[in-house]
Amino acid sequence: MTTMQTSMPAQAVYKDTRSLWERLRTNRNWLALWFMLPTAAFLILFLAYPLGLGVWMSFTDERIGRTGIFIGLENYEWLWSDSIFWLSVFNTLLYTIIASAIKFAVGLYLALLLNRHMPFKAIIRAIVLVPFIVPTVLSAIAFWWIYDAQFSIVSWSLIKLGLIDHNINFLGDPNMARASVIFANIWRGVPFVAITLLAGLQTVSPSLYEAATLDGATDWQRFRYITYPLLTPIIAVVMTFSVLFTFTDFQLVWALTRGGPVNATHLMATLSYQRGILSGRLGEGAAIATAMIPFLLAAIAISWFGMQRRKWQQGSDND
Amino acid sequence: MASVQISDVRKSFGGFEVLHGVSIPIEDGAFVVLVGPSGCGKSTLLRMLAGLENITSGTIAIGDRVVNNVQPKERDIAMVFQNYALYPHMTVAQNMGFSLKLRNAQAGDISTRVKKAAEILDLTPLLDRYPRQLSGGQRQRVAMGRAIVRDPQVFLFDEPLSNLDAKLRVAMRTEIKELHQRLKTTTVYVTHDQIEAMTMADKIVVMHDGIVEQIGSPLELYDQPENQFVAGFIGSPAMNFLNGHLKVNGGQPYVETENGSRLPIHAAPATSDGRPVVYGVRPEHLDLASDGIEAEVAVVEPTGSETQIVARIGSQELIAVFRDRHQVAPGDKIHLRPRAEVAHLFDKDTGRRL
Repeated sequence: MTTMQTSMPAQAVYKDTRSLWERLRTNRNWLALWFMLPTAAFLILFLAYPLGLGVWMSFTDERIGRTGIFIGLENYEWLWSDSIFWLSVFNTLLYTIIASAIKFAVGLYLALLLNRHMPFKAIIRAIVLVPFIVPTVLSAIAFWWIYDAQFSIVSWSLIKLGLIDHNINFLGDPNMARASVIFANIWRGVPFVAITLLAGLQTVSPSLYEAATLDGATDWQRFRYITYPLLTPIIAVVMTFSVLFTFTDFQLVWALTRGGPVNATHLMATLSYQRGILSGRLGEGAAIATAMIPFLLAAIAISWFGMQRRKWQQGSDND
Repeated sequence: MASVQISDVRKSFGGFEVLHGVSIPIEDGAFVVLVGPSGCGKSTLLRMLAGLENITSGTIAIGDRVVNNVQPKERDIAMVFQNYALYPHMTVAQNMGFSLKLRNAQAGDISTRVKKAAEILDLTPLLDRYPRQLSGGQRQRVAMGRAIVRDPQVFLFDEPLSNLDAKLRVAMRTEIKELHQRLKTTTVYVTHDQIEAMTMADKIVVMHDGIVEQIGSPLELYDQPENQFVAGFIGSPAMNFLNGHLKVNGGQPYVETENGSRLPIHAAPATSDGRPVVYGVRPEHLDLASDGIEAEVAVVEPTGSETQIVARIGSQELIAVFRDRHQVAPGDKIHLRPRAEVAHLFDKDTGRRL
């Protein structure tokens, strides 16, 4: 660059005599700003504004039908000493951790199975996706019947097999209800994890496995040293999404238990809805919802800093 | 180091046979190149030798051991892949030491052997880099380093230079040959490039449509091709072929082409007057003369060290290469005289050498 400049004759310096408007009209950055505006408008209107409004509301005593006034952290102070709120935090963490861990394990196992050569591969892959494409409320209603206190097909089958002698109280017993909603969430979430990891597996070049075979790797060593490390960037993305979806889950639990029995399955999302909409205390509901944000940010941060950026992915491709 | 015996090996995919009984003896320490056009089965054969494909019938022995049912990792071979197959998440040193690590070698031992291999291949300053940070030629060397660290019985190369640019390919060719001269490990090398085969091999195996066409040293294949396929495949530019009939005039045999030119031959096989044959002569074995085949110059291609001339005889094209700078231009009529002592005769129907 410097040699370029020194070799340029001084009188060649170009003076821009165009008007301001003329210059703006041909400025690429100015043009780019205009192209970005429509998208920015949508994001501000539908994402930033509701989020900001929700956070603001959590600092007021707004109720349905009555504008609130600013009350500072009063809603949060109230929640701090509310045992039901803390129960919902515990439930949400339990629900997220157990469901995500099992979804990951089962999803990875399914992906590895589906990555093999087998007959009817395309159809089997399509079938795996079914729980994901069925509307959540529909599958929740199906589970509701499966878990029904009197007509449960599971209870009926086990009784007919002679394994138990009375119906299982799936949604009536606190721990049983927790296990039941977690199971339904896993059933619904596994396809997403499995299909995304399968897509990741297919990007791994088969010659790497052949090279590893010749290097003397067993099946387990090929998974441990080739498949797993090459899959970590995708695992990070998939599990971040999975954790976020699970943490903010509402539909499934609301349709199955509405937080019962005795708040045993109340998640932060369902509690927020119950307090904010059903009881009409919008401020308090907003505070519960806002309390979820730090957890979500923490999940994203762990994934971003801990797993996504790998040293071996950086640097240029010199092919 | 070990010898390799490939005996009557066949391979079918489904009901489709791609290798039809291939037998190749490979001596201990030899550098053998399998060469042929794509689809001839050379890579499949190499993969069978590595244990990545099953052997449908026949046997492959490494040393004294038949390896048909021996797991790849127990065959004691190392392979360099066309796309190098470097583990992207491991550094150069980890890539090279991976096989030793899987065998539970001592960390100190791994590092000594990796360093030694890195020195041979000039990779020492790159040991902590990841494959993405390397150039094509460097990746190629890492792939070879991964193979030599193991000190295997046999090296297998599957078209290792085809992803490199022309200049680097020539340099790596020399490097691989030097490496072999230094390590003297039995090497089987697959390529579709006959120049690579000619320059590197002790012994070339020309394959075509799942059979072995000819096995021999580079110059044997060049001087005495057993059939028309080998004659046309080895040598660049390729050998010229002219159709004609064998004639004898007063004890002097010659080939008469369709348009009446007389092509000289050194000696006729059996006296078989009028037999249809294919006359083969290499471009470098044609001389400009005052008599001989009359041809019209179509294209003149000077390369500096030599000049290629494409000439037409009727509908047939003939390529000639001259080291001298003749003044010829497209449209000129010239006379080309083949050197009888290095001309080749092939049977018109079977393509076999006469």
